[in-house]
Amino acid sequence: MREVEVDIAIRGNAETLRAGIEARPQSVRPGAPGAGAAEIREGEAPAPPAPGRWRHLASSVLPPVAIGVAALATWEALVRLKAIPPYILPGPLLIGATLIKDWHTLYPSLLVTLAVTGAALLVATVAGAAIAVLFAQSKWVERSFFPYAVILQVTPIVAIAPLIIIWVKNIQLSLLICAWIVAFFPVVSNTTLGLNSTDHHLLELFELYGASRRQVLWYLRLPSAMPYFLGGVRISGGLALIGAVVAEFVAGTGGTQSGLAYRILEAGYTMQIPRMFAALILISASGIMIFLALTALSHLALKRWHESARVRER
Amino acid sequence: MSRAVAVGGPIVGLDDVGKTYANGTEALRHFALTIAEGEFVSLLGPSGCGKSTVLRLIAGLAAVSGGTIEWLRERDDDGGARVGFVFQEPTLMPWATVTANVRMPLTLLRVPRREAEARSQEAIDLVGLDGFERASPRELSGGMKMRVSIARALATRPRLLLMDEPFAALDEITRFKLNNDLLALWARKRFTVVFVTHSVYESVYLSSRIAVMTGRPGRVASEVAIDAQYPRDEAFRTSPEYNGYCRAVSALLAAAMASAS
Repeated sequence: MREVEVDIAIRGNAETLRAGIEARPQSVRPGAPGAGAAEIREGEAPAPPAPGRWRHLASSVLPPVAIGVAALATWEALVRLKAIPPYILPGPLLIGATLIKDWHTLYPSLLVTLAVTGAALLVATVAGAAIAVLFAQSKWVERSFFPYAVILQVTPIVAIAPLIIIWVKNIQLSLLICAWIVAFFPVVSNTTLGLNSTDHHLLELFELYGASRRQVLWYLRLPSAMPYFLGGVRISGGLALIGAVVAEFVAGTGGTQSGLAYRILEAGYTMQIPRMFAALILISASGIMIFLALTALSHLALKRWHESARVRER
Repeated sequence: MSRAVAVGGPIVGLDDVGKTYANGTEALRHFALTIAEGEFVSLLGPSGCGKSTVLRLIAGLAAVSGGTIEWLRERDDDGGARVGFVFQEPTLMPWATVTANVRMPLTLLRVPRREAEARSQEAIDLVGLDGFERASPRELSGGMKMRVSIARALATRPRLLLMDEPFAALDEITRFKLNNDLLALWARKRFTVVFVTHSVYESVYLSSRIAVMTGRPGRVASEVAIDAQYPRDEAFRTSPEYNGYCRAVSALLAAAMASAS
């Protein structure tokens, strides 16, 4: 008889429990089927209606575009009114025309610079993460090697690039090494920080169930470090480009294998200042595209769980 | 007097346990307690009296400085864990779904995948979260996260469930609800619980036995059996019997705190 009573009580309980979960007044839409489903999506912003999105786009994109257009117009006007010669300061229209006219020389150089940048970023990311994982294996390893990573980071690349270029026969490889030295530190330091920032209660939980070091690393520390790692990669992307350009400047190699930095040098020697500006624009545009691409990647990877990728409902 | 709970033999005994941390803080001194199978024991005491330390010592997350912790009548039948732990915070992996969180201990214990899936689903159903398997923790309310945490602990079928003030951070309505659901689960599954709390009312409502602790360094000042019948429900919360127990336990707690200073 006792058992029957208990059973009824439990069943009653289970029902009220479910009702409790689903009937959460603040999120229940009257008449909406599956109020429970509405509740669990509170973290995701619903797609805003089209007019709202356009208004948002207009308010965030229009002001900087307007400022940019105004600045360029002033620049052009100043150059024309004061009759500044193009070898001192070319106007934006001339720079644009040069970009189109010299595209056949600039485009291959852009590809060379981007190839060095991409390879350096890739190596920096993979090696940086691997070094960080190594550091995380023991405090002893981290303490022994971290100072040298710092030394490599704080030594100006322009100072060591000539040495690297002398030591390494292959010029592309030497450029890659220079770019890598500049780019790898943010990945190492951020990922190391991430690996060491794991929730200590979760670590205890893993300890409780006898997790091996590899399990702790794979299931717990690496996922915890993900946001830090991606933040590091985002910084490294821009640095890899800077490293590649600086190394090209120092190397100063001409020929078919020369990047945008050499085009700038070359244009400077021959007083082709509009082309110098055109090359500069390509470098800046590359940097912006790299940053946007890495930001999008980071958002995609983290949007399901991390606060940094959270869209708030207003 | 007949006991409200059918209690089995002792499963873990703490004898004259002392714990002093590296920084010199003496958390426990002469702490003694025996837990029997099927019991719901609450450790009640002021904050900082070493309640959580007791749980950590039983779980093996910290080592005793003196005395012994003895496990009795070990079983090795179904590959379950010795203890399940529910922390004050839900302590979920934010990148993993509800199911992945609940299944993690089984993965770590190397339970075969198919069985791990079945057992985690069973645990999710038990705490009433079916339908939320693929939700991520940040989509859940505080109470629901705590349910996930309880399901994760139960999925391993522990001999002993250790709960460290699991509902302290929740609002009262959610806390009462989880109290009831925990009792219903306990009645159904007959696991053994050690529950840390600083609430007299919560401990009387839930427990079959309460160990009242002194201030730091903590020890058991007195033990009270709560012989009210299970299942207990909201009617029990307003009964004279409940009020009587609360008064008695409050007096014991006051006495324990006075004896320490």
